[in-house]
Order: sequence, then C-alpha cells, then structure tokens
Amino acid sequence: MSINYSERIPNNVNLASDRTLQRALEHWQPRFLEWWQEMGPTDFQGNEVYLRTAVGVDVEGWASYGEVKMPDYRWGIFLADAVPERTIGFGDMLGQPVWQQVPGEFRSQFRRLIVTQGDTEPASVEQQRLLGLTCPSLYDLRNLFQVNVEEGRHLWAMVYLLHAYFGRDGREEAEELLARHSGDADKPRILGTFNEPISDWLSFFCFTYFTDRDGKYQLKSLAESAFDPLARTCRFMLTEEAHHMFVGETGLSRVIRRTLELIKELGTDDSAAIQHAGGMDFPLLQRYLNFWFTSSLDLFGSEVSSNAATTFANGIKGRPDETLYTDHHCLETAFELAIPDDNGGAKLDSVPMRNAMNEVARQAYIKDCEMGLKRWNMMIKRAGVAVELALPSSRFRRGIGAWYGVPTDLQGNRISPEAYRHGLTQWLPGEQDRIHVHSLMRCVTTPGKMAGWIAPPDRGVNNLPVAYEYVRL
Amino acid sequence: MSAAAVSPTSPEYVTFDRHPDHYAHWRLSSDGAVATLALDVAEDKGLKPGYKLKLNSYDLGVDIELYDALQRIRFEHPQVKVVVITSAKDRMFCSGANIYMLGLSSHAWKVNFCKFTNETRNGIEDSSRHSGLKFLAAVNGTVAGGGYELALACDEILMVDDRSSTVSLPEVPLLGVLPGTGGLTRIIDKRRVRRDLADFFCTTSEGVRGDRAKLWGLVDHIAKPQQFKDATAAHLQRLIDASTRPAASAGIALTPLARVIDDAGIHYSHVDVRLDRTQRTATIIVTAPTTAAVLSLAEIHSRAAAWWPLAMARELDDAILLLRLNELDIGTWILQTRGDPFAVLALDATLEAHQTDWFVHETIGMLRRTFARLDVSSRTLYALLDEGSCFTGTLAELALAADRSFMLQWPDEPERAPHLTLSHVNFGLYPMVNYQSRIQTRFCSDPVPVARVHAKIGTALDAAAALELGLVTFAPDDLDWADEVRLALEERTSLSPDALTGMEASLRFGGAETLETRIFSRLSAWQNWIFIRPNAVGEHGALKVFGTGRKAQFNWERV
Repeated sequence: MSINYSERIPNNVNLASDRTLQRALEHWQPRFLEWWQEMGPTDFQGNEVYLRTAVGVDVEGWASYGEVKMPDYRWGIFLADAVPERTIGFGDMLGQPVWQQVPGEFRSQFRRLIVTQGDTEPASVEQQRLLGLTCPSLYDLRNLFQVNVEEGRHLWAMVYLLHAYFGRDGREEAEELLARHSGDADKPRILGTFNEPISDWLSFFCFTYFTDRDGKYQLKSLAESAFDPLARTCRFMLTEEAHHMFVGETGLSRVIRRTLELIKELGTDDSAAIQHAGGMDFPLLQRYLNFWFTSSLDLFGSEVSSNAATTFANGIKGRPDETLYTDHHCLETAFELAIPDDNGGAKLDSVPMRNAMNEVARQAYIKDCEMGLKRWNMMIKRAGVAVELALPSSRFRRGIGAWYGVPTDLQGNRISPEAYRHGLTQWLPGEQDRIHVHSLMRCVTTPGKMAGWIAPPDRGVNNLPVAYEYVRL
Repeated sequence: MSAAAVSPTSPEYVTFDRHPDHYAHWRLSSDGAVATLALDVAEDKGLKPGYKLKLNSYDLGVDIELYDALQRIRFEHPQVKVVVITSAKDRMFCSGANIYMLGLSSHAWKVNFCKFTNETRNGIEDSSRHSGLKFLAAVNGTVAGGGYELALACDEILMVDDRSSTVSLPEVPLLGVLPGTGGLTRIIDKRRVRRDLADFFCTTSEGVRGDRAKLWGLVDHIAKPQQFKDATAAHLQRLIDASTRPAASAGIALTPLARVIDDAGIHYSHVDVRLDRTQRTATIIVTAPTTAAVLSLAEIHSRAAAWWPLAMARELDDAILLLRLNELDIGTWILQTRGDPFAVLALDATLEAHQTDWFVHETIGMLRRTFARLDVSSRTLYALLDEGSCFTGTLAELALAADRSFMLQWPDEPERAPHLTLSHVNFGLYPMVNYQSRIQTRFCSDPVPVARVHAKIGTALDAAAALELGLVTFAPDDLDWADEVRLALEERTSLSPDALTGMEASLRFGGAETLETRIFSRLSAWQNWIFIRPNAVGEHGALKVFGTGRKAQFNWERV
C-alpha cells in the first residue's frame, strides 16, 4: 500500500523523506484504521462531522475546520516548534543540551512512559464508543467525536515517537497499543481506570474534566523532558487537550445551569422533585464529582516513589511547569507529606523532594481542578441556591499510596471502617443514581435542541450557531 | 572515571613484547627434545616500582616472559617434546606471587594479573593435551604458593627431598587470600589429593617436606639432592617417549609484531582496534586473509610468522591483552570483520588438510587459546555482522564468542547484505575452556539445533536464516540498523561493569565443567571477592600488614 504522506498524514516531521518512518506507518496505519472501525465510535462512521483537524503547528494550522467522515480524518503528526539551544531544565543533568535521540541508558524508561501515555489515548476512545447513541445534542455529539479523533491523534503522536526513536521494539509496542482493548479481560489496557466503560454523558463530562486533566499534567511533565522530540510532541498535544477539558468544564456547567433552572421552575431543590422533572440534582452531581476526582488522583501514582525520583534525576520527566520553580535539582530539599499516624489521625513525614514528585504534580492538579468548582459555586450562589459543590480530600478513597485502605470521610478525617462503608453509600454514586442518569440518556439529534437535563452552550463551534447541523445524520 | 586511560607513551602502559635475549627473569635453553626454563628472578626488575622480587617471587613482568618463552617453545623450537621448569636459584624453586606487589596493587591490577597467570598455566596444560608437549616441574628447592601452582600446571612434579625444602600453599594462613592461580582446583581435580589432607595442607603455612608431599600426592616424585639431576633426566626420557608432539625440523621465528599505538587505538596488519573513549567501547576489526586458495605446506612454512592465521591470532591476542590491562574503562568490545569469505573458507580447508603438520597444528592451538582468551575476558562482547563483514569459518568464532550479535538485513539490496558462513572448524577445532565448541555451548549441548546448524556448513546464511537458526541475536534491517546498534551499545555501557562481568561469565560457559571453567568461574570469583574484603585489603587486612610485624585483624563474621 502506498500513501501520499504529506496529503494523507499532515505532519511537520518530514515524513515524505523519512523511509524508516514511512515503512513503519505503512504497516501501522491500516491497522489503526481497522482498530478505529472496530473499536471507535459506533454507528456514526459514515456521517459527516464538523471537525477540527491539525494541519500545522501555527495559529492557522492547528485548527482547520470542515466536514469530514471520521474514518477519513487526517490524523497528523506534529511537534511543537523546537526551542533553539534548549537545555535540560531539571535533575542531575541540568543545563546540558537536550537530547535529540533517546540515550540507550534510558531507553526502556522512556519506552515505558510513552507506552503508558499512549495506551490511555485509544483506551478512552474505546471507553466512550457507545456514547454517541445517547447524545444530548448534535453539538455535544460533535464534541464527543472531536475528543475521540484527537485522542486518536494523540495515539499517533506517541506511535510516532515509538516508530521514530525506538526501532523494532518501538514498532512492536505500537502494535500492542492497538491490540490491548479497554475492558478486555485477556488484554486489558494498562491502567485500571481505563478499563471501565463510560456509559453516560455525566460520566463523560466528569472524565474530560478530571481524567483528561490528569492527562494534561502528565503531558506537562513530559513536556519538560530532556528528550526533545517527546517534549515537543507533548507541548503540541497540550493545545488539543485544552479542548477536552473545555468539553468537561462547559458540560458540567451546563448541567448545573439546567439544574438551577429546574430549581427555579419547581421552586424547590428537593432531589426527588428535580429528578422527577428530568434533571440532575446537586447531591447526585456531588457524588459523581467525588467518584471521578478520587479515581483520577490515583493516576499520579504513590506519594513516595522511587520511580518518580529516578525519572526526575535523569531528566526524563519533570514537574508540570518546571520553569516556575527555582530549585531544579531538588537533591537536598524535603517534602512534608501528611501520612496516617497510629492514633487515627495524620502526621507530617519528611521525604526527599525527588521521591515526592508525584505528589507535587498531584497538588498542582488539585488546584487546577478547584478552579472549575469556584466558577460553578459562583453560578450557584448567583442563582440564590444554598448549595456548595466541593472536592473531597485527597486522602479519601485512595487506591494507592499512604492513604490506601485508610477509611476517611470526605474531608479526610479518619473514621471507623463501618462508618466508611456506610458513608460510601451517600458519598459515591449508587445504583439508584445510575438508573436515574441512564434514564435521562436519550438521543437528541434535532439541530439546536438539547436534552432536558442540560442547558444549551453559550455559543457554537468556531463561531457557528448552536443550531448548526454539526453532525449530518 | 575509575581509572584514567594509560597513555601508550607512558611507562605505565604495559606491553607484552619480549624476547629471550632480553629476559630479566627466565633462562630459556633447548637441547634436542628438551627445553629448560630456569627461573632466575632479578629482584630489582619488577614491572612497577615499590617492591623487590625476592626469593624468586614473581610479578606480571615475570609471567609475561614465561608466556613469551612458552610461545617460543611452541613455534621456534618444534623439536622440543618436554619442557623442564626449574629454578636457577639455590634451594628456592619459587615463592609465588610477590606479596608486597599484591599489597600495593589496585584491585583491577590483581585481578588482571591473576587472569593472565591463570591463562598462561592453562596454556601449559593446553599444549600438553593438544600438542603432546609435556612439562616436568623440577622443583629443586622450596616451593610456595604461586610457585607450587606453576608446578601443578606441569604434567609431573619432581621435588627435591633434602629434609628442609617444603612445598606449601600458605595463602590462607599467611595472607588471608586463596591460592587463586588454580592451586585449590588442581590439587583436588588434577592431583586428586584427598580433601581432608588438602584442607590441612592449605592451612599450614610452613608446608610439608618432600616425603609427605609424595605420600599425599602433592608431587609425583622425590629425589635426594645428589640424585636430583639423574632423576630429572630419567623422568625426562620417560616423558619424551610419551610425547606425541609431531616430528619437526626447523622452527618458525616469532618476529616482533608490527604495531602502532596512538590516540585512536591499536593498529596491526590484520587487526585494528579503534577506541571510543566517550562511549567507552573498542571496535576490534579483523581483516580476512587475501589468498582464496588452499596453500601447500611449503607455502605455509615459507610464510612463517606472516602466515595469516598465526599473524592474526598473535595480533588479536596482543590486542586483548593490551586492552585488558591498559584500558579498564573500555568495557565493551565491538567485534567486526572485513574481507573475502572465500579466502577464510580456503584457509579453513588449509588448516583441516594440514593439521597433522606441527606448524599448522601449533597455529590452530594459538587460535584456540586466543579465542578462549576472548571468552574469559571481563568485557562485554558485541559482534556486528554488518555490510562488508566476513564472519566465516574461523572468523565466525568471533560472532559465536560474542554475548550478543547483530546481523544486518537488507531486503531491498540483498547483494549488499552480509552473510554468515560456517565451516567444519566451527564444530570442534576451537574448543572453549569448557572443552566444547562455541556452537555446542550456544545451544547448551542440545544435539538438535547443533545438527540443524551443522547441516548448513558451507552455506552463506543471510540474516533471516542466521536468526532462524539461532546463530545471531538480532537482525535489524538497513533502516533500523544504526539506531538499534547505537541504542544497544548505549544501554549496555550504562550498566554496572561489575554486574556485567558476573553476568557474562555466568552465561558464557553453560554445560560441562572442566578444570578451567572451575578455575575461572569458581576459584577466581571467590578470590576476587576476597580481594576486596577488608580482611584481606583493609587497613589491618592480612595482605596489607604482611611483613610489617603487625598481626592481621579480622572481622570474625562469616558471610
């Protein structure tokens, strides 16, 4: 099979003259398309969707809009422009020139990181494949597909690195990225969270708000890497990742706005009344936030990690926004970490800073998550409703690290196992919540119309009206 | 940097070039079927400053001369059937390795020294086993430690019984280390001394006198001083009669190696060593012979030391020794070959056709020992079967000796792709120290894959075929080649050199155990461990305080 590379695969990596890469992609691209057909969004592959395609890294190029059928989407390969004379920004090799090739010494560490990052991209497409059937509007359906094709492109970005810099092993790993499938018992995706199907739109908005934001922080860390092609790839991916979080934040905002409208209409914030009117009440929303926030926290890894120390020391993975820090060695400094004590409380433990890098990234992530909460609470307050949404403590319901298996309430206070078991039934979405949310998932495809549980967006895509026919059915 | 590279112009740079006319420590003479090597160590001519070689004790310099002398006997004195190793000093045969030298030496130097002395002693047994060249140790005085270990490498030991000379292995009680030059292994495996007697013997610093030595099997014969000369002659005659060394006329002069050492590496006529100090690798490129014809015996003899297999083996041997001793940081050796595969096949046919000729026979022995030296070198060996390479027959041994091999596939231009070709020589002519061929060892003596490979003798195998047969490790294609090789090297050179040494030595010699594998893999490993323990080399360690009048202070923990 021969491919007109610059036409078929928009890129700024000189694909047309790189035989190694062409050969790798000739083999991989058909498999990717098979995978997309088999595991990508169901039912809408033949429809034209108003999508953004990256055809370059400049302002003009990175968002080129048009109607396209998803299998014809031009998944491209882009690296952000090189920073001239860039040097390593942290760790033991601080100040040395960055690497244009993977040093053999760190090859397996880099491969592992890239494979783990790459595995999440197609996994999320797989998790969301049935969502199109219950879309609340054509606008949302289009956003879902935009997220999906861009996750596909992020897979391409990681595969590009594997193909271009990791030889035969890299090609094998690229194949494996298509062979593992979300939720497949025999060949599951690497990270547990990515094996749970996302079967409703509230979960989808939570996923894009919380889990994609973890992705953002991972990409920010990798964008600091001494391996320059990885850093440049991730910097460009971040521009697209921003849209995914936009989908999450505006999606949740619109749900909240609709709930506020219902409270006003009904004159009560009673959950049963809201639910009866086809809305999502605040206690239910809070339970979904609790669930998704805490699952996403675990993706950062253990608070104290030798891996994190090694990757930092070796310049492989920095802190998000490394340049904002003053000390880039972090060899002598310590991090004060709250861990459970023996008396049912917490105590501070001093750990070497390098080992605490996962926690540093997690705390930056939590701050970022809180921004949306502030906006939503402002909106709720303005509407005169006495409810405040909140993020649970980072000690609550942890599946990894120092607080793993330690029962706490939402504020992170230690409680008895019985109290915890009982509390969970109120703090996390239960069967009744799922039944209610699923009952609201009805496909709305009239242009401009919205499902009853969500408010319309403030504006359409790329200055088009909200009522534009974003997906031609 | 653990040890700065030694400049080739500095006196610290050790070379192995010696000539009997200039020996400081040995006297080599030959008379018909007998050559005599008399040890007469010059106290003040140690290889390094700081110690005196008293009591016929030796350092690396003494052993380099011994190695040279053995090579001369093999090639320049083919009529010799028995070598007598004796002492030119009065009532002192040899007191072993010089303790002050050991006390002053770095760990690396001690290990290198032991490796080389072990190889030289194994070479004595190799010549006895393969060439019928017999060795008689005429121990005409006290013999201790490494001196006795040298005698142990000989076929027979005759010891003087003067009621005062003793034989001993005093390393454990006196120095807190082991008789590491094969001593512990040979008294059990070779001389079959009972283990309880050996246990007593090895902890008795004063040793035992001739009569008990004979009784326990530590020596073969004893003779009173008055009868020693006659006894020597009698045993010699018996060994001459038993020798199977092929008849020979004139020898072949081992002319000095033409060699240039510069910053880029070490350059010979058939072997070129290129150093990359940043990457810490040495690329060793061996060039095939140019003659693609089977030579006659007359042609071979007239080429003498310039005959390709001997010249190449001597150069490669020298390169290995120089790199091992002088380039400690160069931890990875990349093996490459260049030239005409048909010339190597012609050479292999020549070797096979004439292997009963003494010169051809000795040359095969030199190749065998040189490849074996490569096997036991504590360096990572990676073979690159790249464009223009010539891993054929004898030269294929280099690929088979490697820890890993990379062979280039070139699907679009198969005519440029390299081939690997085996010949009969790969199936027994060059046994490793485990006495098995490298192919046998590679396949863990499983006859099925060995037979599959044997069926391909003479077939030029491309990378896919070689990979399928298990003869190479990886077969990247032309697009991947440079990157795969670069990454593999960078990855390897980043690993702990100690762990690699241990790992490589453990993986290289699967299957059968021999005296030699036991010396290298067991005795040497223990010795090298003891050599870094405080009980030997700490401030109050036995090796450090020897001769100071102070007593060693041990940490009594058994670990």
